[in-house]
Amino acid sequence: MAANRRQDSQFKVDATGLHYRRLNQLLRQAVADGAERIELQNVYGQRYIGTDLDREVEIEIQGTPGNDLGSFMNGPRITVYGNAQDGCGNTMNDGQIIIHGHAGDILGFSARGGKIFVRGDVGYRAGIHMKEYQDKKPVLVIGGTAQDFLGEYMAGGMLILLGLNLREGEYHRASFIGTGMHGGVIYLRGSVDQFQLGREVGVAEIDEVDCSNLDRLVGEFASYFSYNAAEILKGRFIKLLPLWLRPYGNLYVY
Amino acid sequence: MRGIIHLNNPYGDDKAIESCSIFGMMDTTGRRFGGRDVIRAIANMHDRSNGLGGGFAVYGIYPQYASYYAFHLMYLTVEARWDVEEYLKQNFNLIWAEEVPTQKTSGIVDPPLVWRYFLEVGNLRSEGQSEDDYVANRVMEIDTKLEGAFVFSSGKDMGVFKGVGYPEDIAHFFCLDSYEGYLWTAHGRFPTNTPGWWGGAHPFNILDWTVIHNGEISSYGINRRYLEQFGYQCTFETDSEVVAYAVDLLMRRHELPIEIVARIMAPPFWDQIERMSRAEQDLCRTLRQVYGSLLLNGPFTVIIAHQGEMIGLTDRIRLRPLTVGVKNSMLYLSSEESSIRLVCPDLDKAWIPMGGEPIVGRLKISEECPGVVMPQEVEVS
Repeated sequence: MAANRRQDSQFKVDATGLHYRRLNQLLRQAVADGAERIELQNVYGQRYIGTDLDREVEIEIQGTPGNDLGSFMNGPRITVYGNAQDGCGNTMNDGQIIIHGHAGDILGFSARGGKIFVRGDVGYRAGIHMKEYQDKKPVLVIGGTAQDFLGEYMAGGMLILLGLNLREGEYHRASFIGTGMHGGVIYLRGSVDQFQLGREVGVAEIDEVDCSNLDRLVGEFASYFSYNAAEILKGRFIKLLPLWLRPYGNLYVY
Repeated sequence: MRGIIHLNNPYGDDKAIESCSIFGMMDTTGRRFGGRDVIRAIANMHDRSNGLGGGFAVYGIYPQYASYYAFHLMYLTVEARWDVEEYLKQNFNLIWAEEVPTQKTSGIVDPPLVWRYFLEVGNLRSEGQSEDDYVANRVMEIDTKLEGAFVFSSGKDMGVFKGVGYPEDIAHFFCLDSYEGYLWTAHGRFPTNTPGWWGGAHPFNILDWTVIHNGEISSYGINRRYLEQFGYQCTFETDSEVVAYAVDLLMRRHELPIEIVARIMAPPFWDQIERMSRAEQDLCRTLRQVYGSLLLNGPFTVIIAHQGEMIGLTDRIRLRPLTVGVKNSMLYLSSEESSIRLVCPDLDKAWIPMGGEPIVGRLKISEECPGVVMPQEVEVS
């Protein structure tokens, strides 16, 4: 099984029955051969798709990619026409992942840069331990709602939860939001109770800088999934910030 | 552990990336189907297990013997078989005995002898004792008193098949494509703390209850000691066994519904309880007081099954994955959505339930009793 080259640096791979190691070898080879656009068909659970690819390239996935989609990735744009499993964007450094369905647990786990857009819901611990350094700031934008421990141990970057599938007056269901958070920011559209928040986060109103962040990123989200950004931005947003940068700095200091 | 790494990772790097894989599918109309899809689905998660355990449970498998207890036994020696058969003849009416059909399979090394028996409870049970209690006690007796023999399946019209190997190899070994059932569960094992041996593969079973499990029950010691008070002896050297006995105790003997059992095994946190209504608080506090020793601590996803019902449940902070799929009357539960999509690409619904929230499939007997019990309105995607 080899990647079929078409005109204009476009590649197509039928992933039926391919082990993930072989599939990722084919991707590396295609990128080395100058691919600009790669289409993966019949993907059923192959892990680590896009790992260690380190330049811009379009990767489109038909099917259900396996765990750790785009882990350690540095530059490609992956679009999934379906749902993603657990660990999507694990430690990714740069690029975009666009998921038209929902995503599983630990989305954006330890991400260091790049952007992830999910149209639907996400599982537990989305954004866990995302971090930032200078101009490297990872971004997660989630169209639906999240399960518990959203932004757990978050150390940097930006996490936007839009709650577009919540009914009028319905609250987000997640608890332990921002538990252990000590950096970065969470923007939350829709309602949460104080008890749903971790002890390490405080709530603030959004300011002008926040509005410009939201304009830009919600605009990008809306462009991928054909939403009206202005409609989304009409909703009320709150901002969650860590109360301390080093909440446990004194834990082991006697 | 070097041996394990060599076994599961032929690429020579020092990673062991596995976890367990679990899969279940049930036709809630009761229509029986072959093992092809469940075998493909569990094989698709090959990389989650490491060849040290695979197994299946099938319900509706022995319609011609549906009223008899079907015992599946593993024998380490021929003498063990003689002892057990003598014991069975003394304690049951033995309706039929045969060796379980197997075929040579590469990857399945040094299997035990595997036999099955269809048994009727005679008049030996004591006054007031139920047939199920009598049978459960006999299973415990064989497992603890007879050398080299283990009962690994003991329900009516259902059967467990398991052993050391990848699940797809175990399926081939036991010729599972030749059986039909309306509910199948499947497990690929990556043993963490306990040995990989034939009895230690999942599913774990007592009567017609089976459990497959991904995770680690760190409350094993407490759970085991509690269950011993009710006559359950843990002999399979692995944590997951306690879950099977716990559901037998809670659901069969104490007649509790799964909604209550979920609050025992994965109870709400105390601060959540404080926000509940008075009546719900009383219930949750009572459950934690009465059944505190059956709280399952540590990460888990389990699929529990018995005649007519399949249940998926995770720990309350969902440290192990579970995805649900529904297509018409078919309910799918899986560690990974890709395995469901492989056998059913056009699901009506696919979603990831909240931790501690049971997903229940029941045989649909009437319009009022829906096949799949939805926990809440779910997103269609």
